[in-house]
Amino acid sequence: MAEQTLVDPANWSCPAPIRDQPVVVMGHGGGGALSAELIEQIFAPAYGNALLAGMTDSAVLQLGGARLALSTDSYVVRPLFFPGGCLGDLAVNGTVNDLAMSGARPAYLSAAFVLEEGVQLSVVERIAQAMGEAAETAGVTIATGDTKVVEAGHGDGVYVTTAGVGLVPERVDIRPQRARPGDAVIVSGPIGLHGVAVLSVREGLEFGVEIASDTASLADLVATMLDVTPDIHVLRDPTRGGLAASLNEIARASGTGVRLNERAIPVPDAVASACGFLGLDPLYVANEGRLVAFVPPTEADAVLDAMRAHPQGAGATRIGECVTEHPGMVVVATGLGGTRVVDLPLGEQLPRIC
Amino acid sequence: MKYLDEFNDPKLARRLLDEIRATVTRPWALMEVCGGQTHSIIRHGIDQLLPEEVELIHGPGCPVCVTPLECIDKALEIAARPDVIFCSFGDMLRVPGTDRDLFRVKGDGGDIRVVYSPLDALQLARRHPDRQVVFFAIGFETTAPANAMAVHQARRLGLTNFTLLVSHVRVPPAIEAIMTAPGCRVQGFLAAGHVCSVMGMAEYPELAERHRVPIVVTGFEPLDILEGIRCTVRQLERGEHRVENAYARAVRTDGNPAAIRMIEEVFEVTDRSWRGIGRIPASGWRLTEAYRDHDAEHRFDVTGIRTEEPAECRAGEVLQGLIKPTDCAAFGTTCTPRTPLGATMVSSEGACAAYYLYRRMSEPAHPREEMNPVG
Amino acid sequence: MCLAVPGRVVSIDDTADPLTGLIDFGGVQKQACLEYVSDVRVGEYVIVHVGFALQRLDEESALASLKLFEELGLLEEEFGDAWQQAARQAEGSETR
Repeated sequence: MAEQTLVDPANWSCPAPIRDQPVVVMGHGGGGALSAELIEQIFAPAYGNALLAGMTDSAVLQLGGARLALSTDSYVVRPLFFPGGCLGDLAVNGTVNDLAMSGARPAYLSAAFVLEEGVQLSVVERIAQAMGEAAETAGVTIATGDTKVVEAGHGDGVYVTTAGVGLVPERVDIRPQRARPGDAVIVSGPIGLHGVAVLSVREGLEFGVEIASDTASLADLVATMLDVTPDIHVLRDPTRGGLAASLNEIARASGTGVRLNERAIPVPDAVASACGFLGLDPLYVANEGRLVAFVPPTEADAVLDAMRAHPQGAGATRIGECVTEHPGMVVVATGLGGTRVVDLPLGEQLPRIC
Repeated sequence: MKYLDEFNDPKLARRLLDEIRATVTRPWALMEVCGGQTHSIIRHGIDQLLPEEVELIHGPGCPVCVTPLECIDKALEIAARPDVIFCSFGDMLRVPGTDRDLFRVKGDGGDIRVVYSPLDALQLARRHPDRQVVFFAIGFETTAPANAMAVHQARRLGLTNFTLLVSHVRVPPAIEAIMTAPGCRVQGFLAAGHVCSVMGMAEYPELAERHRVPIVVTGFEPLDILEGIRCTVRQLERGEHRVENAYARAVRTDGNPAAIRMIEEVFEVTDRSWRGIGRIPASGWRLTEAYRDHDAEHRFDVTGIRTEEPAECRAGEVLQGLIKPTDCAAFGTTCTPRTPLGATMVSSEGACAAYYLYRRMSEPAHPREEMNPVG
Repeated sequence: MCLAVPGRVVSIDDTADPLTGLIDFGGVQKQACLEYVSDVRVGEYVIVHVGFALQRLDEESALASLKLFEELGLLEEEFGDAWQQAARQAEGSETR
């Protein structure tokens, strides 16, 4: 395979980009402000509609008397295999989780492969095996698929696109616009594991660390939470852009503020160390098996108890609350007693020197 | 982590803050020179915890942000060449040149690689003898030993395909420029700890004496910064103006002699332009004559590129605390974090960018309906 | 500028040119050039920037700083201080 860029120069924390890019730059896929612009300026004018305008991880739609959640995602990761998982795990768990964030019970997935000429079949096999195992764990069926091959040099080995559908239970209405002042903000476990695990094996940046990606299906955890109360306001899986991106999106969509207690945010020591050494903020680092929930204050303790009794929510913690102040913004009370604004990232955060 | 956690202790921070409160009797304006310190101050909300009398002016210490437009334009020109692998610290990729940035050049097919260390760029040069490998050597004194080592090794190994595009800057001339600017408000400096880890403190007593200004070598963890502030305020209250080391665990008086020797072997002092500030005499380094073959400006003949900074940007005055960002006509209009004109808006910790971010906090709530297209 | 972090020297490769060692940053390990701290020993702490150890960390100085900060507090707690009481009152009356 052709030699790759040493580190993916997607988006950096320090300086801002020139805005009027007539070409696609890496930041357009970063899940941050540039991605949002792409949707607003190109996709929405072309085929925008009320469902798309919800800007949720999965759309909830009525079809033949059923309430369905529908979601799709393309998976591109370098390297393809990393501590704790591979592209295949992400392709299944990512779409399953996007469905679950609407409160849906994921049921069926599709899987489309784009393979690069010259890739070892054993690599494809390992990814497919991982997808099969992840689907079984998540309780979904991969019901249809497709395969295309591109010439050598025109892809990163393997790309996978999955789409999924699931049924949304009655009385469940989970979307970012429903965040209300007073809601407890709960995260399901320690953050930053996936992003740091992937960076640790990226060419040109390799560092030794005993961290595995947190990639996992959250569907069963969500079902457990909904058993406590159907009135969960918001769920989000903080993938690209980390907790910071998810919380900013929720604050903006609902017109509320989010206030976090820095000391309550569960950051594993090795993640904190890696972030310190690379100049990253754990709040912006990707997760693949975590969710953040906005829950009415009266239900928060019961939901937390149920989460903690579930393997995927064992480390669940209340990290802050939804407030009326500073609408659209996320503010963190620091360990020292000050505050700082946590803004929407421009895209994936990567190492800095200054 | 040892040497980090202990210097992040909220209880001791409270004691240092109490001590600063107990010491201060009137307003003082302090400048932290280093962008890393600004980052730490904002990250921990330290500025909000200080007594009102202590004002922190965020100085020009982010090497990415002060790299002049002209140098970025040279980088863009070189990086676009088909025979070149252009290597850079990631921070530089998004800094706008006159009409594009390195991301755009990469999008157009330029071979641009982000490296963690200049030695990674050197490795690329060894692996690709048929390509020209150029490293964008930016940074303050802290980064100079690393860049110097890379080019020194290249010469030793006879790697003729490895060059540096140098935009190195030095702290002491910047302090001099700030202190001699008309209307300067800075009364004390927190000097950049890691710069002094390399260079030591020899350059500062003369500056402190001549400008009658305390200079306190300061680290980067919350307690380090508070201790730097405490020492500076104590000197000011006593009418003193000494060089003091509040980061003794990492800074020796004579710095790192081996690193200084390598810098002097490879670089010589030159005038340099600082983005948003202008030309400062003797404020930078360039490769010496002996290393001319490894100088990308000569190799690729871009010495002729001349670019003027936007005239409407008043970053220089902001950096010196002469005006608030909101006093600048371009602030929030032609100059935003997404379309920055100068250093203070380019960096997320720059004074203008920080103002821009915090201003949003006090804006009135949007009507719920407007924010809720499907609700 | 200058993101530099402390790390512990885990091992030193004497044969590498330039001199190189493995540094542990609280559970994260990475190679760094030790040429500028060439007399460093395994177990000592160095401060690392862009892959270069720039200085050894002096434990005695670190402990002295922390002791000083502790004593600032102790003085306050044991003896009280008119200034600090005044400061505390001023703080209490602040609106922010």
